[in-house]
Amino acid sequence: MIHKLTIPIFHEEIAPRFDLATEVLIILLSTGNIIEEKKTIVLPRSSADDLCHLLLAENINTIICGAIEEEYYQFLKWKKIDVYDSVAGKWSKAFDRWQKKCLNSGDILSERSIEGKNV
Amino acid sequence: MINLPHPYVQDLMKDPLNFEHMIDEIPIGVLILDMDRRVVFLNRAFEAMSGFSPLMAHGVQCHNILRSAACISNCPVLSGKDDNRSICCESDMINLDRQRLPIRMTNAPILDNNNNIKGFIETIEDIRNIQKLDGEKSAAYSFANIVGRSPQMEKIFQTLPVLAQSDSSILITGETGTGKDLVAEAIHQTSSRESGPFIKINCGALPETLLESEIFGHQKGAFTGAVENKPGRFKLAHNGTIFLTEIGDLPLPLQVKLLTFLDDKIIYPLGSTKGFKANVRIIAATHRNLEQMVAANRFRKDLLFRLNVARIHLPPLRDREGDIRLLIDYFFNNYRQQLDKNINGFSKDSLMVLLNYRYEGNIRELKNIVEYAVNVSTGSSIEPHQLPSYLFDSPLANAEPDQFATEAISFEYKDDGLPTSATADNHIDTKQTWPSVQRKMILDALTKTNGKKNEAAKILGWGRSTLWRKMKLYNILS
Repeated sequence: MIHKLTIPIFHEEIAPRFDLATEVLIILLSTGNIIEEKKTIVLPRSSADDLCHLLLAENINTIICGAIEEEYYQFLKWKKIDVYDSVAGKWSKAFDRWQKKCLNSGDILSERSIEGKNV
Repeated sequence: MINLPHPYVQDLMKDPLNFEHMIDEIPIGVLILDMDRRVVFLNRAFEAMSGFSPLMAHGVQCHNILRSAACISNCPVLSGKDDNRSICCESDMINLDRQRLPIRMTNAPILDNNNNIKGFIETIEDIRNIQKLDGEKSAAYSFANIVGRSPQMEKIFQTLPVLAQSDSSILITGETGTGKDLVAEAIHQTSSRESGPFIKINCGALPETLLESEIFGHQKGAFTGAVENKPGRFKLAHNGTIFLTEIGDLPLPLQVKLLTFLDDKIIYPLGSTKGFKANVRIIAATHRNLEQMVAANRFRKDLLFRLNVARIHLPPLRDREGDIRLLIDYFFNNYRQQLDKNINGFSKDSLMVLLNYRYEGNIRELKNIVEYAVNVSTGSSIEPHQLPSYLFDSPLANAEPDQFATEAISFEYKDDGLPTSATADNHIDTKQTWPSVQRKMILDALTKTNGKKNEAAKILGWGRSTLWRKMKLYNILS
């Protein structure tokens, strides 16, 4: 069975805001979480409504994103999309965690440092 | 494990001063960033606004914590970096409660003794109250963002401003989706505590052990994993309002602790013997019948008496005479503008369906239905097949039909400028039931398509098997 996962991205990171993302990564996975296809869609403008339309049109099953407003969160939930929100850090790390079934909403996966020193 | 610093301010007074305590007492959010815009420190006001604790944010890039539109489009820190100036801008942020807050951010560099930039200080002000001074507040048939003109709601609109000005505890009851959260926030925004924080706790969302630490806070080392002092939501709500939603789901041991707080207004964080005198107004809400829970020994009677100083009961939507139509129009206009759609409104048949539906999920459900319909509609008006299909399938749709049918015709007997259209149409048969309407819809569709079931099913927005099942149900099959 094909599972479709999407991550709104900002360079290599998960976009901090769902409504301000202009780039979306879509990953198609077959049974056993094998990556079948990976594509990036560049949106003409940032809009939470347009992004929701895109997710429905693409039949997305799971989304990993940064900050999202309650209204859109509930809408996506209502549309039976699994939402992992408030996740920060590199999208590859978040995807890896999701595959290992240990990703939670609110996970901060970015490296922590102060004045160049890891903390 | 992350070790949070406990910085001091040297040379300002004779003894070193506790910096953490100093910025915690500032009533607006403060973020201290290093040169790479990573969070070094944040104060209690920012924690209350954003939901991020100092430990969660420590060492993380500020755009992942502040989550403001300005961080992405035009970072004020970068703009003012080169010429050592402070920059003020208005933007918005989305907090961990998924709320979008309008904010005013002021950013300034932090300099060392030789005037070299060593980091940045950012202050974040919640400007919801300033923005609310616009026309929205004076909109007809509404209080803050609550819309309604039924006699029941008018009575509530008259009571709310009076209750908001008092400092008494308030208990809001009502079914799910009736707007309890909105009322609580409206009370806070119109009270003298409006400049203070409004902190919401969902008593049903967390397990008992976590809830205690979340509400009352904990002392470092109080239990395994308590690596820092946590202020707790009561402390964060100091000088503001705390909103305990789903209070009926609060476990009994915590009810005792809450009761103690209501008596002496002092909170004792988990593992601490030192209390904190919190100046907090309590608003509680629940969809449960607390009196019944008291009778079943699942809720403490004395807590109910303390919370029930003033009670606001929000009626279910089906009992709010005339409000369904008003809210349909309100949400329709909102979504039409938001989605930039050129739709005139709902067709007579669609309105009939909407006005006769039971709305178990109340306003939240109605809002979702209208949003869906506006989204999927492509023509100039919204037809029944563009409404969510469960409206037709649900047994609730035809439950107690007589009671709901009156909603649709109630406007006819009123002379107070209520909206007309379908509700006032003369052709609506008041004795019609939902099955009879549905039977008529099927027959109309079949007539239009010369009996072709496939095309009729498309018009109705159903699958062919649903149409066949319903035709069988209404004895349309020859």
